[in-house]
Amino acid sequence: MIADVYIELKEGVVDPEGEATKKALRLLGFNVRNVSTRKVFRIELDAKSREEAEKKIAEMCERLLANPVIQRYSIRWVD
Amino acid sequence: MKPDEIRVAVLRIEGTNCEDETVLAFKHLGVEAEAVHLKQFYSDSVPDRDRRSIWDYNCLVFPGGFSAGDYVRAGAIFSARLKSVLRRDLEEFIKMDFPVLGICNGFQILTELGVLPGFDEDRPISDKPEMALGINDSSRFECRPTFLRHENRGNCIFTTKLEKEIVSFPVAHAEGKVIFPKGKEDEYFDMLTENDQLVFRYVDAEGNYAGYPWNPNGSMFNIAGICNVKGNVFGLMPHPERVFWRYQHSDWNRGTKPEGAGDGRAIFESVIEYLKRL
Repeated sequence: MIADVYIELKEGVVDPEGEATKKALRLLGFNVRNVSTRKVFRIELDAKSREEAEKKIAEMCERLLANPVIQRYSIRWVD
Repeated sequence: MKPDEIRVAVLRIEGTNCEDETVLAFKHLGVEAEAVHLKQFYSDSVPDRDRRSIWDYNCLVFPGGFSAGDYVRAGAIFSARLKSVLRRDLEEFIKMDFPVLGICNGFQILTELGVLPGFDEDRPISDKPEMALGINDSSRFECRPTFLRHENRGNCIFTTKLEKEIVSFPVAHAEGKVIFPKGKEDEYFDMLTENDQLVFRYVDAEGNYAGYPWNPNGSMFNIAGICNVKGNVFGLMPHPERVFWRYQHSDWNRGTKPEGAGDGRAIFESVIEYLKRL
């Protein structure tokens, strides 16, 4: 199974990379309303079912991929 | 403990880069210190003479740098590796009142480990991180001297010998913004104040709390460094080991003796003083 795990900042947490990018895009003449950043980990793993895999991924996020104080995660299945 | 019994371990993995000057800071004060690779604690591939145990030491330091390339988040990988091999020992080490210091990337590691803010004396390592060191508001790597107000009232064992109220330590980081969980910011700040866990806060040259550039990263409540509830674990973003000598300060030639003590030396003197009494 292959999953894309998206790590993004929780609402209300300032996203300096996104803000800086927005500023630069506007300077280049693009009329963008907002820019925010995400990090994606493509994870290939073996599991009996999607549920089992999602459980494992949730644990991965809790233990390493996301800091729950500022980040949340979501999963998109690739395969 | 006699001075010759003091042994300090400065932990390194790939990407840490401040271990040498941190080891030197301790050595200059006459105690034994060495840089130890995390592998030396657990790997079978290490020759016998290089094997170490956490119990060979009575002080642990997490130095600055970019451990594991700052991948995932700064400090996250070092902390995950540490948790997998040393969690129990580290917990015991902290409970036994031995001192643990984290400078810059080391502070990020202690935060990711759940050791800081460290509100619970009985569980010195929380299951999940309770705070974060986020990307600087400026979205830049901030590298320059900062002014810090020392606010600890005696709980933190790392600043007992600090006489000045305002010190100048340099910062060098891209992820140093102290962030507490949303909605709990004031509660956390009150708890830190009440427990005497606040140690350093960024100020301007006159000693007032101020915004950027005095607060280099946008830290909540201008926080630069905090200790755990017992005061034996201390993490800070600025680098005391980079101002061990007066000549390392940017204004080194203004009046004082260049070969005298820099502002950072008191941190190392304090922990040694503490260890002598332990």
